[in-house]
Amino acid sequence: MADKVLMKGNEAIAEAAILAGCRHYFGYPITPQTEVAAYMAKRMPKIGGTFLQAESEIAAINMVYGVASTGKRVMTSSSSPGISLKGEGLSYLAGADLPALVVNVQRGGPGLGGIQPSQSDYFQATKGGAHGDFHMIVLAPDSVQEMAELTVRGFELADQYRMTAMILADGTMGQMMEPVSLDFKFRDPVEKPWAVTGTGMKREHNIINSLYLKPDLLEKTNFDRFERYKVIEENEVLYEEYKMEDAEICVAAFGIAARVAKNAIDQAREQGVKVGLIRPITLWPFPTKAFAAAAEKVGHFLSVELSMGQMIEDVRLAVNGKAPVSLCNRTGGMIPLPEQVLDAILSIHNGGAK
Amino acid sequence: MNFKRITILSGHYGSGKTNIAVNLARELRQQKPRVAIADIDIVNPYFRTKDSEALLQKEDIRLICSPYANSNVDIPALPQEMYSVTDDRELYSIVDVGGDERGALALGRLSPKIAEEANYDMLLVVNCYRPLTRTAATTVEVMREIENACRLKFSGIINNSNLGRETAPEDVEHSMAYAGELCRQTGLPLLFTTVARELYEPLKNKIPHLYPLELQKKL
Repeated sequence: MADKVLMKGNEAIAEAAILAGCRHYFGYPITPQTEVAAYMAKRMPKIGGTFLQAESEIAAINMVYGVASTGKRVMTSSSSPGISLKGEGLSYLAGADLPALVVNVQRGGPGLGGIQPSQSDYFQATKGGAHGDFHMIVLAPDSVQEMAELTVRGFELADQYRMTAMILADGTMGQMMEPVSLDFKFRDPVEKPWAVTGTGMKREHNIINSLYLKPDLLEKTNFDRFERYKVIEENEVLYEEYKMEDAEICVAAFGIAARVAKNAIDQAREQGVKVGLIRPITLWPFPTKAFAAAAEKVGHFLSVELSMGQMIEDVRLAVNGKAPVSLCNRTGGMIPLPEQVLDAILSIHNGGAK
Repeated sequence: MNFKRITILSGHYGSGKTNIAVNLARELRQQKPRVAIADIDIVNPYFRTKDSEALLQKEDIRLICSPYANSNVDIPALPQEMYSVTDDRELYSIVDVGGDERGALALGRLSPKIAEEANYDMLLVVNCYRPLTRTAATTVEVMREIENACRLKFSGIINNSNLGRETAPEDVEHSMAYAGELCRQTGLPLLFTTVARELYEPLKNKIPHLYPLELQKKL
């Protein structure tokens, strides 16, 4: 019986953020993520929080920088073109080692593109997203429940590693409605001795900055930061395996594509084809080891994406030449049907894959 | 249902208006020769009445919606044909209004003529499992915001409380206390409680005025 509520994915992100203690939201409306802002606009004033519609995405991400400097949980959300505008701010957050949550409910691109769902910001999200050497933790939900859970997780990881966590969703995840349980297990909060909270005349000033006057010091900071990234790659990889036990073909897909792929896999299994799925939940760090292990026993990989094929590059790196990796995709706001994925699986099974 | 010439469905977004609108339009078409469903939702980018276009066409129900629905044109456009709803007095209409007070603003454009003719129902669609309308009090808040935005008063309530595909019969039964309290606070009648068709049998002797819905949409 109902401890659950029926929520849009965008609402689930907003409510989960509030439950995770986020009291500061800055954003600028863009379809298909506008409900995050609309929900925050209704809820934040009632709980003593701040909802602020900034004059632009660039303003919003810099407001995030400001609040993050004080050690408070803070977030912004947008969709693809808006995330590009936030790029400079993402790089500054990384350079200043600030924790923040950024949500990208992707739509078709490039350019203004369209408002229908897409996964074509994978490169942008996982390979840095702006100038300089840096990463963001990238979380890819495949249900409204995960939209909520990964939002909480995103805040916790951001605090723990002093960096930006990004929820990489897509229009369907943002707009679809599913029952959600908001009963989360929270991790203990992390101390933030670096935060700019006033010295109280008791300590030295904390300085938040991404400008380094000495190149050797900047280099050392980058090396140190990448040591931290290694810890994340070691400890924070999340993925789901589906029917992989005896699989001879492995589908790779995240988010909405993984849901479509599961349908196709079930249908293929009914026809006796041994096929499974590895669904990365963290896109960075990528579940490289899981794919490498699968490559020891699987004959063929199939990356299913709502893009021209972006994650497929990480799959190929992980598989490292041990098996062919094919692509099954739609783009520009279109979603592959289970039948299209099924055809691709059967084509591999019958030895006719590209 | 006993239809007035215009039946307006409004409520919190995600309360299930569009699906109920399609169901009511099909019922109305059994009673009247000329029926339209008018989608004047300027809020929702996906999941529109247009998704049911083929079905509506087959059943000779006119679909009035923005020519940009389900396209990439991301502007709050209204269909010019929407004036048929008020001006063509032989036409029976179900009007599907966008969620919340922002969606109801669009209805305001039609309100003066609707109020003048005074042959309409405006029904509040509610779901107590939506996070911002979990109690009668918060639902009344949403309801008043809508009334202020569109300048029309609600005349009845449709209880569409559900948890999507996970809805159990008990969830619907549990919602009846909420629906009753909402009626008490607003003085409005509960016209019916809507359920997915498979929940109709187990509940039909337990809940008065139960209305089985054909679900129009799937992902």
